[in-house]
Amino acid sequence: MLASLEDAKVLAGGQSLIPLLNFRLARPQHLVDINRIAGLDRIYERDGGVAVQALARQADVEDSQHAARICPLLTSAIGLVAHRVIRNRGTVCGSLAHADPASELPAVLLALGGNVTVRSVRGERLIAAEQLFTGVFETALAPDEVMVEAWFPEVVDRFAILEESRRHGDFALAGVVRAGDSMALFGVAPTPVRADPQNPTAGLQPSADLEATAEFRLHLVRVLTDRAFAA
Amino acid sequence: MKVNGVERPAPSDTRRLLSDHLRHDLGLTGTHVGCEHGVCGCCTVLLDGAPVRSCLMLAVQAEGHEITTIEGLARDGAALHPVQQAFHECHGLQCGFCTPGFVMSVVGLLAQHPKPTEQEIEEGIAGNLCRCTGYASIRRAVNRAVELGAPAARRATS
Repeated sequence: MLASLEDAKVLAGGQSLIPLLNFRLARPQHLVDINRIAGLDRIYERDGGVAVQALARQADVEDSQHAARICPLLTSAIGLVAHRVIRNRGTVCGSLAHADPASELPAVLLALGGNVTVRSVRGERLIAAEQLFTGVFETALAPDEVMVEAWFPEVVDRFAILEESRRHGDFALAGVVRAGDSMALFGVAPTPVRADPQNPTAGLQPSADLEATAEFRLHLVRVLTDRAFAA
Repeated sequence: MKVNGVERPAPSDTRRLLSDHLRHDLGLTGTHVGCEHGVCGCCTVLLDGAPVRSCLMLAVQAEGHEITTIEGLARDGAALHPVQQAFHECHGLQCGFCTPGFVMSVVGLLAQHPKPTEQEIEEGIAGNLCRCTGYASIRRAVNRAVELGAPAARRATS
């Protein structure tokens, strides 16, 4: 269906897409609602990690024993995504496909070195987190592809996700994800970015807005990195 | 879709938000609309028993599902739902605009955490905005609802 339509968007949880539609910031010609596709909401163990299918709600992943056991970093991260009422509807794959630079889950996938499975009439392919996020709200998915699954590797070492936001549940001004020695940042660049824990602000040019100056964001990155690696 | 126990046809306009459908087509104006982008929480309803934002869903997506609005918690003349009773007793409302959303969120919160900690209460109501800033009374109301033994979601039956 996606292959036959011009300018179509996939609608899953809708917690990011529908606000954009309500504001007329996104005006796609077609919406393809995937919510009624059966058997696309599983959360299961695969290849030593946890796989989350396209229609698995964030709240279900938050409560998932598989996720808690294999990838508790994912469980912690989801607790920071908006509010439970939003998570009842929002999906993990949707957050990844939406690719908001200030959102938590893309940075978690990147820090862990996970990947996503995308499907189209042409077949299925894997996209590594490193290649997935190409710009602000932009991913490497082709217009006819739909993300069917995300794979988060097991966390074997120390992990942390820390962020600073004006109010609980708001988008972060800056955030830090630690998975062992690996680290990713969110809210400080057009995409989530990997960073060196010894020098986390190297090469960063965060934007400034009403809520935080660029310098304050860099300060937050340094403070949050220290905290994430203190333990 | 079933709304408060009554089978209702979906709107013919596929672009209709669930919140607008409830208010304009079904006359269920207890569901309030504040920000229309998922921030204020005023339009919260139960979808198959779990609280969701009705402004972030198309009405046609509710086909085959069960919606409970504030009108469905206590039928006309029946005793108030324990969460409503608790908001009433603790003065958990001032102007009342945010109240239906708060009540529906708290019904969901208590279904998930029947005995919530103070932190769980704060997180549970953090997604709802009260511009009168009556949060202290609202928090008291949640604790009172726990005492009153709020059931998960007392579904209206017709």
